[in-house]
Formats: sequence, structure tokens, C-alpha cells
Amino acid sequence: MHYSVFKIISEGLKGNTGWKPQWRDPEPRKEYDVVIVGAGGHGLATAYYLAKEFGIRNVAVLEKGWLGSGNIGRNTTIIRSNYLLPGNEPFYEFSMKLWEGLEQDFNYNAMVSQRGIINLYHNDGQQAAYLRRANAMRMAGADSVMLDRDELQKLCPFLDYDNARFPIKGGIMQPRGGTVRHDAVAWGYARGADERGVDIVQNCEVTGFQIKNGVCTGVETSRGPIKAKKVAVCVAGSSSRVMEKAGIRLPIESHVLQAFVSEGLKPTIPGVVTFGAGHFYVSQSDKGGLVFGGDLDGYNTYAQRGGLPVVEDVCEGGMAIMPMIGRARLLRSWGGIMDMSMDGSPFIDHTPVDGLYFNGGWCYGGFKATPASGYCYAHLIAKDEPHEVAAAYRLDRFRRGAMIDEKGMGAQPNLH
Amino acid sequence: MSNTASRQSHRLSGGLVDRNAPLDFTFNGSHYQGFEGDTVASALVANGVKLVGRSFKYHRPRGILTAGSEEPNALLTIGRGAYAEPNTRATVAELYNGLAASSQNHRGPLGFDFMAVNDFFSPFLSAGFYYKTFMWPRAFWEKVYEPLIRKSAGLGALSGEPDPSTYDKGFLHCDVLVIGAGPAGLMAAKTAALSGARVILADEDFRLGGRLNSETYEIDGMPGSEWAQSIVQELSEMDNVRVMPRTTVYGSYDHGIYGALERARDHLSDQGDKPRQILWRIYSKRAILCAGAIERPIAFGDNDRPGIMMAGAVRSYVNRWGAAPGKRVAIFTSNDDGWRTAADLSAKGIEVAAVIDPRTGNAPYQIPNTQIFMGDAVAGTYGRKGITQIALASGREIPVDCLAVSGGWSPNLQLTCHQRGRPAWREDIAAFVPDQGIPVGMSVAGAANGELSLKSALTEGLNKANAALKDLGMKTAPQAAPKSDDEKIAATPFFYVKESKARAWVDQQNDVTVKDVKLAHQEGFRSVEHLKRYTTLGMATDQGKTANVVGLAIMANARGQSIPETGTTIFRPPYTPVPIGALAGRARGKDFRPYRLTPSHSWAEEQGATFVEVGMWMRAQYFPKPGDKSWRDTVNREVETTRNSVGICDVTTLGKIDIQGRDAAEFLNRVYINGFAKLAVGKTRYGMMLREDGIAMDDGTTARLGETHYVMTTTTANAGPVFRHLEFCRQCLWPDLDVHLISTTDGWAQFAVAGPNSRKLLQKVVDTDTDLSNEGFPFMACSEITVCGGTPGRLFRISFSGELAYEIAVPARYGDALIRALIKAGEEFGVTPYGTEALGVMRIEKGHAAGAELPGTTTAQNLGMGGMISKKKDCIGNTLSERPDLNRDDGLRLVGFRPVDRSQHLKAGWHFLSKGSPCDMAHDEGWMTSVAFSPSLDHSIGLGFITRGSDRMGEIVRAVSPATNVDIEVEIVSPHFIDPEGERLRV
Amino acid sequence: MIIDHPLLGPRDSAEFVYLGDACLIERPDWQDENALDAFHDYLYLRDNPAGEHRELWFHEQGDRSWLVVTRNTLTHEITKVELARDVARALGRSK
Repeated sequence: MHYSVFKIISEGLKGNTGWKPQWRDPEPRKEYDVVIVGAGGHGLATAYYLAKEFGIRNVAVLEKGWLGSGNIGRNTTIIRSNYLLPGNEPFYEFSMKLWEGLEQDFNYNAMVSQRGIINLYHNDGQQAAYLRRANAMRMAGADSVMLDRDELQKLCPFLDYDNARFPIKGGIMQPRGGTVRHDAVAWGYARGADERGVDIVQNCEVTGFQIKNGVCTGVETSRGPIKAKKVAVCVAGSSSRVMEKAGIRLPIESHVLQAFVSEGLKPTIPGVVTFGAGHFYVSQSDKGGLVFGGDLDGYNTYAQRGGLPVVEDVCEGGMAIMPMIGRARLLRSWGGIMDMSMDGSPFIDHTPVDGLYFNGGWCYGGFKATPASGYCYAHLIAKDEPHEVAAAYRLDRFRRGAMIDEKGMGAQPNLH
Repeated sequence: MSNTASRQSHRLSGGLVDRNAPLDFTFNGSHYQGFEGDTVASALVANGVKLVGRSFKYHRPRGILTAGSEEPNALLTIGRGAYAEPNTRATVAELYNGLAASSQNHRGPLGFDFMAVNDFFSPFLSAGFYYKTFMWPRAFWEKVYEPLIRKSAGLGALSGEPDPSTYDKGFLHCDVLVIGAGPAGLMAAKTAALSGARVILADEDFRLGGRLNSETYEIDGMPGSEWAQSIVQELSEMDNVRVMPRTTVYGSYDHGIYGALERARDHLSDQGDKPRQILWRIYSKRAILCAGAIERPIAFGDNDRPGIMMAGAVRSYVNRWGAAPGKRVAIFTSNDDGWRTAADLSAKGIEVAAVIDPRTGNAPYQIPNTQIFMGDAVAGTYGRKGITQIALASGREIPVDCLAVSGGWSPNLQLTCHQRGRPAWREDIAAFVPDQGIPVGMSVAGAANGELSLKSALTEGLNKANAALKDLGMKTAPQAAPKSDDEKIAATPFFYVKESKARAWVDQQNDVTVKDVKLAHQEGFRSVEHLKRYTTLGMATDQGKTANVVGLAIMANARGQSIPETGTTIFRPPYTPVPIGALAGRARGKDFRPYRLTPSHSWAEEQGATFVEVGMWMRAQYFPKPGDKSWRDTVNREVETTRNSVGICDVTTLGKIDIQGRDAAEFLNRVYINGFAKLAVGKTRYGMMLREDGIAMDDGTTARLGETHYVMTTTTANAGPVFRHLEFCRQCLWPDLDVHLISTTDGWAQFAVAGPNSRKLLQKVVDTDTDLSNEGFPFMACSEITVCGGTPGRLFRISFSGELAYEIAVPARYGDALIRALIKAGEEFGVTPYGTEALGVMRIEKGHAAGAELPGTTTAQNLGMGGMISKKKDCIGNTLSERPDLNRDDGLRLVGFRPVDRSQHLKAGWHFLSKGSPCDMAHDEGWMTSVAFSPSLDHSIGLGFITRGSDRMGEIVRAVSPATNVDIEVEIVSPHFIDPEGERLRV
Repeated sequence: MIIDHPLLGPRDSAEFVYLGDACLIERPDWQDENALDAFHDYLYLRDNPAGEHRELWFHEQGDRSWLVVTRNTLTHEITKVELARDVARALGRSK
């Protein structure tokens, strides 16, 4: 069913009785060419691109809960490609370009809104680091602008420039950064994949892998065994748990990241603003809520909840630069389980087991990566070689000493 | 201003308001009067105001639905100017004299909202419509559609001004935390208190008692509200009890920790400069949740009109506040409890036009002079800005000005879900009750646990308190629950009226209708979470407290399943929204984070120094003098004076770690890449430290003051992490090494004294028994000394500036005296103090690495110190530093750069390209890390990393900055711009 | 969370700095034949269980003890707190 304004009007006049389910609810078949484990954003995008770009349609996406139940629906909806390192920046810029054509591509309005993202700097050292990054972005074909204080003040008059403990000296901006309606991304990919014949099987938990002589030939599930020529795991915060079933240890820790939304307010904040001297970033949703977040709680956990100290720390950061939000109320908090890797960068790679692929380690950068992650994973699965922009995301990079460490924090997942 | 407060047209006799304390307030600019004890909502009800707001999407006229914190509709902006607080629930906002309230989310007056046109387009604005359109043409979403949507988004507005209020934070500890002071909570608190336990009793209301204040129950022969007051009085007088009204326990966290918000002064006209609200973190051993229950609406056609109110809320307004929501009221209830509203209204002399109950059988109560419709339902209503008439499923129409609705009560179990607890369905009360995953240490009593009658609530409060006491090993008090009514509570599941023709609202705030829920089902959004996310059901500021179960019931029906099979919705913190200002507390503005000041800070201030934030420290950046034309002038002067004579810089902020023990030398040998075993007493050595992954972590000098005594310095930024790392090595890796560490960063004031005259200066300050001659105290010497006639100190002959230089340290309390003594002693040499800018210039001139060269991704090789790694010993990072990609031939090397055109100024953050290479990532060869204007060379210089840098001396490369349109030629040079042989240090 | 410090009693976890898997105590021998692989696995392939986890916490705003805390990563329940030094010695680590 094609969506359009005409369809909306004709359905509206008919009492909206003609809308079809956006995806089927199929029984899993016995065998597929590709089984994708995990119907989150990345898994659904992988299925979509496998079907659409690489002609592989005999695909199942298996999901333990309901599709889109993971971090695709538990994030702060930000898209950006403002990375520094050559291992990352071309990948995220590729993702940004996919975002820019996504809605027409999958005929679903995911509300891609490029209202800009600004990272504030507060001292000369930060300014230099951001200039280095702004230049790296330009050299990778992305957009970046260095803003001095006066230019910044025109865009963000509501910031506290002088009274702040760490006065605001300027910022780096990516005008093409912005936000996307997160759930709609999962739904759009799901609908697009389903239309092309992909089976999305919800409430189907993968309980094990069929591995013989180092070759993966399928999965065991709560709904019976399913054979597959290739099995592609894509389960974010559950990566270690799932891959353990295949006997594979990963350079990943699971951590909780809390995020917050305020009550709906009339629009005041144009794009995304990130504090440079504390843990706080914020944007305002189309419904008016301030969507904001900060740092990890910092300890390994699989519980989707965090503690009070982080809530308070984030709000302190907010009040430090935007004291006008004091009377806005925090409405809801939630926690997502982040697959924090040892250098803060992800993996899209084969595993040592033939026919078994792994995509994970997205830390808290997974949402913005969704289209490119799906595309590059599909490329790897279909062609058995990495897509050029994802070539650095190998599982053996620590053995080689080829870390992709944007923050320079070393093998300390909770600091990335 | 003249006070034209209108008559309180709907005020009744009785109630718990103080008629001797009238309060004036305004709503949308009109003046009204209420009484002390009123909420804004009850005062509006007393004044006959029904229309108080507009809904989010369709801008439908809305009135007050509830009398509690679950209110979805009556959200007002309260306060003026910077004090204006949007989205405040009128039902819990305490009235004070002079309060100003206004409605939200309408264009034009509240009565004629231009945006209500949305309502007429509603067939095209069903759930999720926006996902299906606004995609063409592509650019239009951001340029046209979205700005329009954003403009109409949101409810209230922020003032845009800094929040003028202050907020406090505090910590509380208790044995038993009782959340909610209704009958169960009061009973639980009293029981725990009598046993001697430390008890906190918190309730969100300003008047404790819960439903006892709203009902006409009797306990022990007295009115329920009086009984509540007597218990509260008793508890308030006990030393082991803290009674906290106006305090919402908003979240349950790990290990018995609860977040609570006390609205300490929101109810006062004048808050003075005292904190408006206090955020408490409560550490409890046990908690008893007695949060009561929330009444559920029923979905029927046009069930959202002003004047339609929950039946229990109607009783609250009538009984507690003496305010009549209507003069001719109908009651639509699917349970016995709703009938009490008819009885109470009748007793107050309010006309009860009809009671409609979808159940068949006999009426549970006899209500005189009322039409009773059993087995019937309300299917529609009339009256755009206030209800005027209801239409029953049977076709009968009845004129009313208020409709009281009850679909039964849902236990208020939010806090039991904060740690992923999942409630279970109880068919007999048609509601979810707490079940699995309740927070450890929490128990639930009374209506919150599904015990909906008064008698059972009192009994369970008592029993749960005794159970908690027993758990804690405390004595339990054998006492009985007081005598009370035991009212009828029979209920039957009934969620929506199928006969409804018009839209029936489920979530009033987010405008989600029964049709939307059905559409979600039709389109495949069938799990509870999909339903929520697709329709926005339960996502509004009330978190669906009234809406969720109804929505779930409709979905269950569409799926042909039971409610528990369909799922449940859980709740996330906070229980009710918490102001961001309260969560931030006093950590705002300059108090966002603490300051650390160096011992010479006051002195530097006296000199007119400019300061800069370096982490938590405030450091002198430079010391301007009259006649300096610019800051660069000042810095140049400081550098030149230091290089030509002598300068002094406070370097206290560098981390200092005192290391002692028989194995201290061995310990240092293992944490530094270079050898320390052979460092002689009285000598200092530069050391480089790696992380275990082989990346440079920090550098600094370590001095050997005695056989078993060393002092290590770290960079300012890494003082904490290095200390933590060393403790890890000591305690976890080599637990039996005899070595002890203590951080002495704050213990010693330390100054660099640098320049050719530094020795002469120090000879005037250091006591004469220390021989400072080049032979007596050579380069890299260190010693414990005395200064100024016996004050203990330490002296190190080390140099960051490249000049003959020392660092002199005294206990921090003498720091101020020492800087004054040093400056005085230096007067004859024209000494200058210098700040971080001059420090930076001189270290760049000497090619010393600092923070910008140690970003956590560079190796010793990159820094040109690869040769320092001793292969003869183990050290942290040594093995993994040998990985191939860290040792590539084309790896980065730290080198110096100077502009080919010497008049050009370099900037850190530029990238390097070989001449003729395109400006793209594949050809990127490195970046500039630090730059300075060198007054010694009279041009700009830089340090940076570039591929194979050390092999490319003299090569001209491009330094580019596409983000700022720079593309110039620079020459690769040695990073040692000044005195490359290091002769000046050794004189 | 509250960590019951073996020397100081119950302390709020906000006083501590977290490091991670307690296996970091078991630093390999640099002279082993496969030292590079051993160090790779030691540093990068740590336990990440959904359930009981032994992990290192540093009492930075306290007595500067490194502790080994046994904590359930699904429920956050803490069942054991030990001084890391004792754990290290029990594992045979000495000088």
C-alpha cells in the first residue's frame, strides 16, 4: 500500500477502514537464505537493504519481543556525522546521506529534520580539537562550521554565556545534523522489508546456533529450529549474551544510558545543543518535549534503568548552560542497554565461525548509524566483503593495534 | 488594582477550607476568590469555571477531570514573568493570595481557539497519519510542514528567562519509609512509629489523609478527616518520625533509595529567598507504598466535554472543598463506589438527575428523587464548552451540567514498576495490582495493593508495617485496626460504550480515541508498546494514569484476547514530573562545579591577573601591566623577561604523588616505560607512563628524596586518573610490593622559577646551607631544603621552559608568603610572574608535549620517545605497545612547524597535506596540535603530528583548514625551536 | 546503589569509580610465549554476563581501596564485597 496525501484523504472520507497492516505476522519457515537475529533498527535496515539493494529476499528477521523494542525506540533521536577519525567519519557521512533520502526511499515519513547540531567549546584546547574535527569532517565531504561566540549567540540566545562556571566561547556546528522520529525508522524499514518478502517474526527468541565444524547452518529458536545459509546477529545491548551461545567472546560491555524527556513546551530550542564542560545534550521534539541526556551510569548492567546521581548530573549540566529550563519538568526517564565497545567504535564483520556475522558495539551512536549500518551489513552478508566505509570495523582490530578511539579513553568502555 | 472578585457561585457549606482566609487569584486575567485550603482547581470549581484548557492535537475544549496528580486536562501556567511555571496541574496547585493562572495551548482566547479547526479535520488526522504523508516534495517537510507542526506543538511556554528560584537538596535515612498518608499509610506509619523505628511519612498532598479528606467515612466514631488529623498530630510529636506533606516520592531506585520532591514554598505568595523546592534522596531499609488508587474513566461518545468529571473527584470537590462541580449532576458508574457520589451529592442538596449503571440487577444504594438506569450507559453528550445534556444508549436524553463517571479504581502502583516490576491482572476488581519485580524492600498496602475498602486498607497498613518491622528485627506492636466502615466495592469490568457514535476519548491529553486504538490494531500495531508509540496513548504528562487500562482493554477486545494476555503497561520514573531546576539544585551558574584555587591566587588577583579554567582549577593566564597593548604583548613580555632574566609561575596544580616504601623503586620501574631502578637519591628523572594498551597516558618527573621516598608529578588534568591507576597497580597487580601512595597535590605550593637569574634569585630565599651552585645542585638535582630562615621546603632543578630553572615547593599554607618573598627577592632582576600562556609558549618553543600531544591516542613512538621503552623489564603497556599497527613505518611523529611566510599565524586544529595532494581524508597526513607566537623567533610556531615526520625535516607541506578557508605552506622543523642542545638548562 | 565496604560499611556507589571485570587483576606474564595474545584477551575480552558479575570499584572519595564487588547485572543486587588486595593475594599475586 503506497502512502500519500491522497490516500490519507480518501481513507479519511471512508472512515479510515481501508488501512492495511503495515507488516505481516508470518509463521517462521524452516529455512531461509539469511536469518537476521534482532528486529531493531539495524536488523530491520539490514533486511530492507538486503532485499532492496542486493536482491536477497528469502530473509527472516527474528525478534525476541516486538519489532523496534530495543534501542531504536530508546534514544534521543539525534543524527549527525561529526566524527573525527578516518575509520568513522566516512561511514557516518554515508549514513547521513542515506537519511537524507530515506523517506522517499521507503515511503514513510520518519520526520528527518536537519535543524543542526552544535557542540559548545569552553577553552582554547577544546576549540583546537573541534577545529581539527571540523576539518576532518570537511575532508570527508561532510559539512561543518566553526562558530565564534557572537555567531553562536545569534543562533542560541538562550544560553548562559558569561555566568556559567565554564563560559561558552563558541561552538562547532553541523547544519545537516538533526533529529529523526525514532520509532518511525523501525516501522518504515519493517514495512519496506515486509513488502519485499522479508519475514519479520516477532516473539521468536534465538536460543542457540547450529554450528558444525566451524560452520553456522542455522539457529535454534523458541519457535523451533530454523536453517539458514547465513546468520547475521544484530542485537546491540544483548550482543555478549547472544554471541556467547556461539562460543564467541566480544570486546564489548553492556552499560545503561539514561535519557529524559520534559513535558511538552512551546518551541524554544532550534536544533541540538551539546555542553562541552559537563554531560548534557538537548533537542526539542516536534511535540514540544525537551529530549535530553548525558553520560552512562558507568557500570555493567542489563537492567534498563539507571540511578539518581546521573539524573541529577545531567540536569545540573542543563541548568549550567540553560538556566531558563529550571521550571520545565522532567516527565519521563528511560534506560537503554548500550553495547559499549573497547574503543567506542562498532563492528560489522564476519566472525571466526563461517556463515555467522556480527554487527554491534554501537555504544550510544547506534541510532544515527542505522541506515549505513544496515546497508554495510547487507553488503557484507551479500558479498562477503566489507563495504568500503565500514572496512575499519573489524573484530580483530585490537589484536592489530588499530583502535578507532575518538575520545582517546583506551580500553575503558564506560568512558567512551 | 480594584478587586472585582466574583461571587463563589458554586461554593457549598462545609469542607476543609478556611472561610476566614479568603484568597484572591486570577485566571486568564479575570479575578476570582477562593479560600485557604483550596487548590486552583477547587477554587475554579467553586467559581463555576468549567472550561480550563485545550487539548493537544484537536484543541478541544477541556475541563477539570480529576482532583489529583493524575489530571490530564487542567494544565495551567501559574505565576508571572520568570516565575511562570507551565503545565502545572490545577488539581494539585495550592491556592495562594495573588496567584495568577492562565490556560495554555490556544490561539486567540480560550473560548474561541483558532486552532480548534484541527478538530474538523480529524478524519484525516487519525493515529499515525503523519507517518504517511508530508513526504513530497522532499524539501517541504523541513521548510514547510515541520515548522508549522512545531509552531503548534507543546503545551505551555517557558518564560525564556533564567529560573529565579533556588532549590535545595538533602539526604534522609530511615528504617521505614511510608509513601502516601491515606488510611493505609497512616496506619502503617503509626504502627512502625510506635515500635521505635525511624519513620518517614511522605504524601504529595498538603493535607494528609488521602481519600479520608474526600469521603464521608467514619473511623473510631469520628469523621475520617478528623481521625487522619489526630494520627498526623500524634506522629508529628514523635522524635523518630518525620512527617512530610507536599512531598512526592517520585522514583524508586536500587537498594532502597527513593527520590522525593518537597514543594516547600510553592504555596506561598512570598517565598523570600528561601528554596522553593527540596529534592530529597531517601535511604530506606523498608518502604511501604500506600499510594491509593486512581479512578478510571469510561470511553463513550464525546466523553471529554468540560463538566465531565471522575465520580471520586466530584466527591472530593463537594466534601473536601465545599465546591459543587455542577448543580444538576448525572452519574455514570460501573461499580458500587460511584454510587457514593450520588449519595454524597444528594446529602449536600445537589440535584442528582440520574444514575446510569451498565450492570443489570438492583441498585446497590437507594438514592431518593433520582432516575436510575440499570443496564444502560451514556453513549453521547452535548455542549461544546460545557456539558448540557447526555444521551443514553437506550436513547433517552437528560439535561445536566455535570456528569460524574466511574469505571472502577486502578491501584496507584507506579513505584512498583520503577525497577521493571510487572503488575498482574485481578479480575474481581478489574484492575492491575502489584505483582512480580517489586523493588527489594518495598511492600504495598491498601488501595495501591488492590485492597479498595477502608477497613481492608487500615488492616493491611497495620499488617504490612508489622511485617516490615519483623523483617528488620524490631519489635512489633500488637494493636488492632480502628473501627471503620466497610463500604461496598463490587465492580465489573466496563471500559467503553459500544453504542457511542461520536469519537470516544481514551487519552484526553494526547487526543487518543477508541478509533485510534482500533486503527493501530488494524495496521498491525498490536503489542502494547506499539500501541503506545503509534497512537501516543499514555505518553502525555500524566503518563496515561487514567488512560492506559482503557486503551489496553480496547486493544484486548480487538485482538479477541483478555487484558492480561494482551499485556500490561509499566511506568517509568518520575511518578509525577519533577522540575529540572530541582534536580539540578544549587549546582548552577558559577556553582555548577567547585573551584580549586592555587596558594598564590590572592596574590595573583592583587596583581590584576587574568584567570583561566583548567579543569577545576583557576590558573593565572597572564599578568597584564599598564602599557601592554594586548594580551599578546603581555605574554611576549613575560616570555622575554623569563628568557632574559627570571620569571615565576605557580605550578601547584600539577599532580603530586608521594611514594614511599622499600619497593618504591621497583614500583616506579613498572609503571614508567623508562628505568627508575638506578635513579640516585637527590636526583630527578623524566618519566613516560603508558596505559596497558600501549598508548601514552601521562608524563612528568619523579624525584628521589630518600632511599625509600619519591615524589612523582603528573599533568594537571591527569592527577586523579594517574593516582587511581597507581593504586590499581599497587593493590590489584602487585599486592605485596612494599609501596605506599598519597596524593599531596593540595599539600604543597609549588613555583617554577625560571631564567638565567633564577639561581641568583633563589639564593636570596633558600637558606644558605643549600649549595645552589651548578656543581652543588646540578641539572635534575632535588633536595629537601629550608627557605626564609627555617621553613621546610623542597627544591627540584627541572625545567619546562628550557631555561636554567627550578621548582620550589613549600607546605601549601606558606604558598602565599613564598610567592611574595620570591617576587620581592626578584625585584632587583626585574622578575616577572608568568601565567599559563607564557608557560605554553615556552614549552612549545622547547617542543615539550602537553595535553594536546597526549590526547589518549598517541604512542611513545608518535611522541618520538619510542626508544625510551626499556625492553629489559616489564612495565604497564609494554607488551601491547608492540602491536603492528602501532609501529607502522608511516606512523605519526611529533615535529615542529613554521610558516614559510613568517608573517602568517598558525592555528591548532589545521591538517597537513603533501604538496599537490587533494584535500580529502585519504590524503590527510596529520594535524597541528599546539601553536604559539614565539617572541624569541618573532614568528608563529607550531607542534604537530605528521606521517613519518622525523624523516621529513625541511620539507614544505600544506597546512589546511577547509572549515575556515585556510591553505598555507609550512615547513617541517625540529620541535626544539630554542636551544636544541639544551645548554641553557645546564649552566 | 549502596556498596557495603568491608572496612567502612555501607557507602553510596557515587563515591566510587568503576573499572570493570575483576579479571583485570589477573595480568598476564610479559615473558609468556603468547604474551601478546594473552594481553589482548586480558584487556579486551572481558566478562560481560547477564547475571552475577565480579567487578572492580575504586573508593575514590573515600579510603582509596580497590574493591571486588559481586553484583548481579540484571537486578543490581550485591552479594559480596571484598578488598581487591585480598582477592589478588588469593589468586596468588604477590610482588
